[in-house]
Amino acid sequence: MREGVAGNVGVQADLNVVETVIQPQRGWSAIDWRKLWEYRELLYFLTWRDIKIRYKQTVLGVLWAFIQPFVRLVVYTIIFNRIAKVNTDGTRFEGIPYPLVLYAGLIPWLFFGESLSRSSQSVVASPDLITKVFFPRLIIPLSSVGACLVDFAISFLILIGLMVHYHYPPSLTIFLILPLIILTILASVGVGSFFSALNVAYRDFRYVIPFMVDIWFFVTPVAWLPDKIEKGRWLIGLNPVAGIVDGFRSTILGRPFAWGALGISIALTAIAFYAGGMYFRRIERQFADMI
Amino acid sequence: MSEPAIQVEGVSKRYRIGAREEGKTFREALLDTLATPFRRLKSFGRSSHREEDSIWALKDVSFEIQPGQAIGIIGRNGAGKSTLLKILSHITEPTEGRVVLRGRVASMLEVGTGFHNELTGRENIYLSGTILGMRKREIDARFDEIVAFSGIEKFLDTQVKRYSSGMWVRLGFAVAAHLQPEILLIDEVLAVGDAEFRKKSLGKMGEVARGGRTVVFVSHNMAAVEGLCQDAILLSQGVMVERGPAEQVIQHYLHDGLTSENSTTSLVSHEGRQRGSEVILQEVRIFADGVPSTVVKMGGLLKIATVLKRDRPLRDLCLVIAIEDHAGRRVAAFTPQFQAAELLMDSVNGGTITCEIPRLRLLPGLYYVTLLVKLGEYLMPKDLDRIERAVQFTVERADVFGTGCAPHPSAHGVFFQEASWKFDPE
Repeated sequence: MREGVAGNVGVQADLNVVETVIQPQRGWSAIDWRKLWEYRELLYFLTWRDIKIRYKQTVLGVLWAFIQPFVRLVVYTIIFNRIAKVNTDGTRFEGIPYPLVLYAGLIPWLFFGESLSRSSQSVVASPDLITKVFFPRLIIPLSSVGACLVDFAISFLILIGLMVHYHYPPSLTIFLILPLIILTILASVGVGSFFSALNVAYRDFRYVIPFMVDIWFFVTPVAWLPDKIEKGRWLIGLNPVAGIVDGFRSTILGRPFAWGALGISIALTAIAFYAGGMYFRRIERQFADMI
Repeated sequence: MSEPAIQVEGVSKRYRIGAREEGKTFREALLDTLATPFRRLKSFGRSSHREEDSIWALKDVSFEIQPGQAIGIIGRNGAGKSTLLKILSHITEPTEGRVVLRGRVASMLEVGTGFHNELTGRENIYLSGTILGMRKREIDARFDEIVAFSGIEKFLDTQVKRYSSGMWVRLGFAVAAHLQPEILLIDEVLAVGDAEFRKKSLGKMGEVARGGRTVVFVSHNMAAVEGLCQDAILLSQGVMVERGPAEQVIQHYLHDGLTSENSTTSLVSHEGRQRGSEVILQEVRIFADGVPSTVVKMGGLLKIATVLKRDRPLRDLCLVIAIEDHAGRRVAAFTPQFQAAELLMDSVNGGTITCEIPRLRLLPGLYYVTLLVKLGEYLMPKDLDRIERAVQFTVERADVFGTGCAPHPSAHGVFFQEASWKFDPE
């Protein structure tokens, strides 16, 4: 054997070889961003799959993404505004038609609620992927949230329609919508991953989720405004989505921000994102054994 | 000397059994946390288990595989083969030990991984390919080959839910077969499709193995293992029993594993039992040519004695002894219904049913016995107790016709039969 040549080939091969070490993990493990980036194509395909399937399976296809928010808008307006007489008098949003105020807050809520419902089921609904292939499992709830982005985008179209209808021009603060969108996505991913891992670890958790989302809607100032509440307003702020919803409203309608609430939301979202991810990673190792 | 492609060091895997059926409920966890918050926090994420409730699916397995080697992993059901493969595939983690893999790894543990019914064949190729680890540009490059291999050109843009199971399987395998990793892990997926497709699949895998990739192949199909692999590892109850040239290990497995001690198998807690079954089957004993053994000569006498026990009477029950070949095909079924329908007419609660097959017509090979007990006379009989692959036996070559010339399974099917011949010249 020609030593020189063999030696060089050996080194060359080692430099290009991907080495994987599999051993028992103990304690908490961080989110592996590099691996997630490596598998970004898979994230794209799974998201695409979710979107395609959702529209193929629903009765009206893409139309459903328009109908849902619109019907909610109408029903909530009738119930909250016409019947329960919730209105914008004496609040930051005085003078703006209720439907518009409602809808500006509804957009982020719909995205959050839908992402939560879908991502919490996502892992449990894919046992074949979990038990037969390897990839960073965080991609599964991520793709669920990603699929909801399409509905999110469509709900903005309805917003444009509403603003045209009420002759309400967008203000300059509309550009703040981008960081708020990112904040909403982070909140959804954080809570969604947390719930999806909980769903695998505890079999009965899935029954709690619809209930939680339901109540969460009422506790969040979507169909009502926190401005008129004097005592205990800080309690509302403990809800990470509260500040986001309020922020969306202020941005879209060009009215004052509730900076305190937004600040709390940002902090809580960061915690949810970090803690949710960590919990997911911890339970992830046992997914294949639990499902 | 290059580094091994796969290094397995002291790998063990423990599973919790029993308690897992009930699972942990959120309600329990919540109450636990409220009652003793600190204890819960300390063991957060870790579930407690007691020693008696666990089994070791793998215990201290160590081996190395050099790049370019193809190695088969064989053993009985429950020996730990699939668990080992799952660990190598990074799907589950070992309880102890570690594994080092050098190279891109792809696992074929199932056909059609990631397929979704609502998507078309074309879309599923991309989806499944990506899930299995191919980059989009790789799928683009091999797309035509994949379609050609699967033979479903005409249905490429039809939704997969309209495919026949054969087409589904061919497409699934075609995608997986075109993975080009450095290390390929295969679990039994070559036993799919019709005979022709199986031959094509085996051929393709042979190509892959000869192409210098490292292959780990788990299978019950000894012929395939021998054809594909140079070496083989024999696992028994989670422990690595032997590693050596494939033919040698296979012979060891077929013969030594089936001595008279193993000719009696307890069925009380057999892992092949279908969930929800009543435990009626207690034990099965195999006698070959008159002695307790699971190796019978072609054309020899095979006796299967099954012990049944029940709190209620056994009357009107029906026992079925189903025999499958190494590839999972049902080749024969024996039941008293055919010849002795009144066998179980007494109101006794237990006993032994003996089935004697005088001149076993099966060709040489490995066979599995699935046992089931059902209510005999109803139109839609439901299995009261069913155990898949309860026990196995081997048929050995023998000169059945006394002429020195006898049929062989590679060319002559699954059974032999005497025939008389006549020639009338013109």
